[in-house]
Amino acid sequence: MNDLLQDYLPLAVFLGVAMAIGLALLVAPFVVAYRRPDPEKLSAYECGFNAFDDARMKFDVRFYLVAILFIIFDLEVSFLFPWAVAFGELGWFGFWSMMVFLAVLTVGFAYEWKKGALEWD
Amino acid sequence: MTLAALFFYGFASVCVASAFMVIAARNPVHSVLFLILAFVNAAGLFILAGAEFLAMILVVVYVGAVAVLFLFVVMMLDVDFAELRRGSLTYLPVGALVGVVLLVELVLALGSWVVTGGVTRNLAAPTPPLATLTNTEALGLVLYTRYVYFFQIAGIVLLVAMIGAIVLTLRHKPKVKRQIVADQVRRTKASAIEVRQVRPGQGL
Repeated sequence: MNDLLQDYLPLAVFLGVAMAIGLALLVAPFVVAYRRPDPEKLSAYECGFNAFDDARMKFDVRFYLVAILFIIFDLEVSFLFPWAVAFGELGWFGFWSMMVFLAVLTVGFAYEWKKGALEWD
Repeated sequence: MTLAALFFYGFASVCVASAFMVIAARNPVHSVLFLILAFVNAAGLFILAGAEFLAMILVVVYVGAVAVLFLFVVMMLDVDFAELRRGSLTYLPVGALVGVVLLVELVLALGSWVVTGGVTRNLAAPTPPLATLTNTEALGLVLYTRYVYFFQIAGIVLLVAMIGAIVLTLRHKPKVKRQIVADQVRRTKASAIEVRQVRPGQGL
């Protein structure tokens, strides 16, 4: 247990250093930067005319489809990791169970390709 | 072990605080960012508990994919930020109810674990000690052979999710010209061009 945690010590050091650098870069401008605010400087800038609309707009639903398909294949790959690690002891049954799993998802992939879900328009 | 305890309290307190900020933040985008912080700290807690694989999957799947999905959903909602600033925590009673139900379930599960004592002896596949086998390997040894039905059901659930997402959201614009390589390659000189005799003074 403690050996395992010792393996993660570099990660903790990395986290500490990253946090220190991030905080320093966040705080430094407040301390050293030259500040003289003015309404024109602080207002939203749009080239040549006054800003007339909100910058936020609805996202296209197609981004959502891409993200969902990404998550599904992400999960498929996450199932592959323990399989690859334990591959030597699994035997033929474990091998074929993974092949069936991959085949089921390949059916989905073929459907997705055929329907054109991977195309943008 | 005190250092581990220190890290545990650090991760746990940041996790709880960011989970509170998820529901308290006015801006939904900030909520999602706090959710990511909560996920990362939960991954730290998993590592402290010795569940390496779960921690890494939490980072890869939840932080890498689910949080991005939540961001898309938040941006798709077209929320009115001015309206959001007025009322927050209005759903607190319902949320508190769900939280209490979860807490009771946890207490019941842990309580029966403590009261009955030898639950670990009755497990179908007890976790091997970390010194002999890594977490990922222990999972791999049972998931694909002993629990093969659950594994295949997981595959089918993923397939259903994939097809469902495509059926629900895929709308192709009509009359979009796509590149079809086979059609392009199949074109010959005979089918592509036509030679006509044009007489002088007359059009085609």
